[in-house]
Amino acid sequence: MNWRAIKAIVRRDLLAVVRSKGVMLPLILVPIVLMIIMPAAMGRFGPAMTEIPGANVPDVAQLLEIMPESMLAQYERYNTDQLLIIFTLVYMFAPMFLIMPLMVASVVAADSFAGEKERNTLEALIYTPTTDLELFTGKVLSAWVPALLVSLVGFVLYGLTVNISAWPTMQEIFFPNATWLVLVFWVAPGAAGLGLGATVLVSSRVNSFQEANQIAGVVVLPIVILVIAQASGVMYLSLALTVVLGIVIWLIAIALLWVGVRTFRRSEIIARH
Amino acid sequence: MEKPPAIVANGLTRRFGDLTAVDSLDLEVRAGEVLGFLGHNGAGKTTTVRLLNGVLTATAGSARVLGLDPAVDGAELRRRTGVLTETPSVDERLTASENLNIYAELYGVSENTIHKRVAGLLDMFQLADRANDRVSGFSRGMKQRLALARALLHQPELLFLDEPTSGLDPVSTRQVHTLIRELSRNGGHTVFLCTHNLEEAQRLCDRVAVLEQGRVVALGTPTELAHNLGQGVRLELETAPGSVAAALEVLAAFRDARDVSQTDGHPRLTLALPVRDNIPQLVSNLVAADVPLYRITPQEPTLEDVYFALHENKES
Ligand SMILES: Nc1ncnc2c1ncn2[C@@H]1O[C@H](COP(=O)(O)OP(=O)(O)O)[C@@H](O)[C@H]1O
Ligand SMILES: [Mg+2]
Repeated sequence: MNWRAIKAIVRRDLLAVVRSKGVMLPLILVPIVLMIIMPAAMGRFGPAMTEIPGANVPDVAQLLEIMPESMLAQYERYNTDQLLIIFTLVYMFAPMFLIMPLMVASVVAADSFAGEKERNTLEALIYTPTTDLELFTGKVLSAWVPALLVSLVGFVLYGLTVNISAWPTMQEIFFPNATWLVLVFWVAPGAAGLGLGATVLVSSRVNSFQEANQIAGVVVLPIVILVIAQASGVMYLSLALTVVLGIVIWLIAIALLWVGVRTFRRSEIIARH
Repeated sequence: MEKPPAIVANGLTRRFGDLTAVDSLDLEVRAGEVLGFLGHNGAGKTTTVRLLNGVLTATAGSARVLGLDPAVDGAELRRRTGVLTETPSVDERLTASENLNIYAELYGVSENTIHKRVAGLLDMFQLADRANDRVSGFSRGMKQRLALARALLHQPELLFLDEPTSGLDPVSTRQVHTLIRELSRNGGHTVFLCTHNLEEAQRLCDRVAVLEQGRVVALGTPTELAHNLGQGVRLELETAPGSVAAALEVLAAFRDARDVSQTDGHPRLTLALPVRDNIPQLVSNLVAADVPLYRITPQEPTLEDVYFALHENKES
């Protein structure tokens, strides 16, 4: 493997991403909304909102009922307001975090695979002395690396936001727990791979960034379903469940990327062009 | 000792469904020559370049380029070839110098020569003062020059130029022509020049292959091509205004002269002779008849003549 060439491809694609408003906007806005604005509002005003009739705040009593015994034990010492904070900011928001690696990987991959066809820049790249595998690896890393970076930054911002905004209620640093660490360092990289793999496959069949992006947006859907399931109390992301979720996501990601690398042939890309 | 040929193609064929884009191409390109690959749109030029660089697989036949099989050693081969693609294919969001730097890495130019090489090329292509500007603001000509600079980054032995001047203004076209000539003369590059421009092929190329519907229908130096078609030689001669009648008389008596015509209101005549060797006899006849001769110019046939003659031959 010619790693120098791969690095050059990553540098090229990332420079192109950073300079495109259409690509950068979601990469900046989504983490700000998901990791700062929403948790800050919940952390600061959540407990007070339970007093307002009709406010869309989960009912703690109901949440307690469906919580597994083992989990319940570790939260005995907290009052209702504190439990509300923990349920929402530690558990409900957890799947939401996965939207970031998925979205970033998918947006960047759409730009790097489908957007390139649109911009007509693929042909020069194809004539370089790289193998198909090197080209593919370079492009995959161009999407994967920023996805991990944004996730990591998002995680740090989230940690600061929730601990600070909920301080009046919690009076302690309650975040992160073990589940979140597994989420950030095990599940998120897999989720990035999944978003990426799906987008690569979509990109080979469409001709523009927008199209690829829209179709690939479907991969965010399972996560949204997970959030709703979580909120309605169907399931909790316990530590064990998070590890298993990671395994499932990684397997899907690997399968998608496997198909991707097998179909990424410059001779076919250029013949389709 | 003669160098081995830069390109050898044997029955090289590429089909897209029912369409045969390149049809049993046999071709040998000599090391160091500028070979013109002349054909109108859709003749199969770009497809041939792709096949020869191993970025498209052949349906049948084989090729050896710089001694390598493009279908097998594509990556290795592309280290030694440079390609100017038909559309400049430069990264518009990047600056000129970023474009070149990244491609220098991709082509494996050694780390400590990159800076000098890039600066040198930017200079050579008059892009130095725009080096740090984004390419999106460049004119078509500037993008084309940048793409040409990019194709030269790794000092390739064999350069493919796919319609290097199409869409360029006359000034840029002349710059590119000068560059191509310099590259082949001083750089010892072999150049494979795809063009649909007859004049360009004639001016720049040592030999020209005429491509039609994926087949080479003629191959030779521009002069050879023209002469092989048996069009004879056209002459233009200028005499004094009062001697036109006398000149016409001599020409009428000259058995081999054909297509004699006079340019309106000028003492200028054009005619065709079967071979160059008829010229001295004609001149001495004119002199013997006391026709004053100011000028007599043989007009070398152009590739345009070749092109149309090929079509006529085929139709008849
Ligand atoms: N990827 C492709 N799929 C289908 N047909 C193609 C493809 N590439 C080229 N062709 C066809 O092959 C013929 C030769 O094309 P090309 O090599 O681009 O010609 P040129 O470069 O001489 O204009 C054309 O008829 C073109 O439409
Ligand atoms: Mg072409």
